[in-house]
Amino acid sequence: MQRVLILDARELARVLERMAAEILEKVQEEKKLYFVGIQTRGVPLAKRLAALVGQKTKITPPVGALDITLYRDDVGPWRPAHQQPLLRATELPKPVDDMVVCLVDDVLYTGRTVRAALDTLMDYGRPRAIRLAVLVDRGHRELPIAADVVGRVVPSSRQEDVQVRLAECDGEEGVWIVKEERA
Amino acid sequence: MSVKPARALKSRHLLGIDPLTPGEIQLILDTAEQMREIAKRPIKKVPALRGKTVVNLFLEPSTRTRFSFEVAEKRLSADTLNFSASGSSVEKGETLIDTARNLEAMEPDFIVIRHPHPGAPHMLAKVLKASVINAGDGTHEHPTQALLDALTIRLRRGSLEGQVVAIVGDLQHSRVVRSNVLLLSRMGAQVRVAGPPSLVPLGMEKLGCQVFYRMEDAIRDADVVMMLRIQLERQERMNFPTVREYYDLFALTPERLKLAKKDCLVMHPGPMNRGVEIDSRVADGPQSVILEQVTNGVAVRMAVLYLLAGGRGEPVTD
Repeated sequence: MQRVLILDARELARVLERMAAEILEKVQEEKKLYFVGIQTRGVPLAKRLAALVGQKTKITPPVGALDITLYRDDVGPWRPAHQQPLLRATELPKPVDDMVVCLVDDVLYTGRTVRAALDTLMDYGRPRAIRLAVLVDRGHRELPIAADVVGRVVPSSRQEDVQVRLAECDGEEGVWIVKEERA
Repeated sequence: MSVKPARALKSRHLLGIDPLTPGEIQLILDTAEQMREIAKRPIKKVPALRGKTVVNLFLEPSTRTRFSFEVAEKRLSADTLNFSASGSSVEKGETLIDTARNLEAMEPDFIVIRHPHPGAPHMLAKVLKASVINAGDGTHEHPTQALLDALTIRLRRGSLEGQVVAIVGDLQHSRVVRSNVLLLSRMGAQVRVAGPPSLVPLGMEKLGCQVFYRMEDAIRDADVVMMLRIQLERQERMNFPTVREYYDLFALTPERLKLAKKDCLVMHPGPMNRGVEIDSRVADGPQSVILEQVTNGVAVRMAVLYLLAGGRGEPVTD
C-alpha cells in the first residue's frame, strides 16, 4: 500500500481559512448562514468553518450534522448483497427554513452522497439556498453536481482512495492518496 | 465494559432473542437510538425501504404491536399489507404454510408474524424466501418487545450493564419475560423474576435469572420494575384464588415501589389491568416510562426492518 501526503496539518488549516473567506464572499447574507456537515467527517469540518467565519464576522453561524444513510441509493433493494451502513446522528439545532445552508463534506467523488444529502435536507424544510463546500474534489462525478467552494482539486484514479484524516475523529490530521498495490 | 456493536446481523430473520449475540443486540439498539429522531421531523418518513413489501400476518389479537410495526414500516417507506385471522382464509381451514405460500406468491420482502403457537415463525422461515420477523409466538418469544424494553432502560440509564431488573407477574404465559430475561442477562443486567408459584414455570432460572415467590424480595433495591399483564382471559384455570388476592400480594403499589431504588423505572408492556397487577397511582406516576416504551417500540422495529433489509455480503463503504 502506497500512501502519499497531499495536505499536511498546516496546509489543511490554510485551505480551510481560504474556504471560509470564499464562503462569505459567495453567501452575501451572512446572518442567514447555516453550516451542515455530512456525517462523519463533514461534521468537524463544518464546525471548523463556522468558527473561522465567526472570527471574521463576529457572528458564529449555527452548525448541524446530517446523516444521509437512509437516503442512499445503494441501501435496500438496489444492491442486495451488502451489510447495512451504520446510522449516525442527525442533529439540526434550528429549522433550516429560509436559511442559506452550506453543506460540508470531506471528499466530493461520485456526487451520490450530495444527492442524498439534498433530499434529506429538503425533508427538514425549505432552505432559501443550499451551497456545497468540500475539502477535496477528486473528480469522477456520476451525477450533475458541482461544489461552490473547493479546498483542493485532487486528480485521482478510481483505483486510488483519497483519505481525509481529522484530529476530532482519527487522531491524525491531513489528506493522503492511498494506492492499493496489486501483486 | 461496553459491548461493541456487530457489523451486521447474521440471519435474515428475527425469530427470537436467543439466537442473537450481544454485538447484534447492541447494533439493533444503536440503530434504533438514531431512528428515534425521524419521529420528530416535519416529514416523518425516509426512503430506505422504498419498493419493499411487508406482510403483517397477525393471527392473534394485537393492537399495539401491529400498529407499531405498521408505523415503523410506513416511516421507512415500505408498502404494507395487513392480514388478520378473522374474515380470512384461515377461518376457512387453510394451513399456516399454505397461507404463507400464497402470500409469498405476491413477492413480499418481509413477513411479520404473530401466532398463538410457539415456533410458527421458525417454521415459516424454513420455507419462505422473505425475511421473517417474530412479533410474538405463543408463550415462546417476543423479541422486539424485549429490544424496546432494553432501549428504554438504556436511554434512561446509559447502559444495561449492572442494572437490577425485577420482572413480576404471570411468568407462565408470558413470552415477554422469556425474551427479556435472555436479552437483559446477555447484556450484563441482573434479572430477578417473581410471581405466584402457580404462574412460575419450572426451570425458569436456567434462562439466567433469580426466581422469587414474594414480590418484595424481587423488587428490593431494583433499578427497574417491569410488571407483566395478568391474562384474565386465562383465569378460568384458577391459577390464583381471586383478583383481589393477586392485587394484595403481587400488584405494584406506591408502598411496594418504595422498596426499590428511589429513581426506579416502572415498566409495563401493555395492555395494563389497572388495579390488578399495577396501581393507577404508579402507572401514571413520575417513575413510569410506559409510554416511552411505546415510542421506542416504533424505533426498534424500524431498526430491525432496516438491518434485515441488508444482505450478508460486503459492507458498503463511503
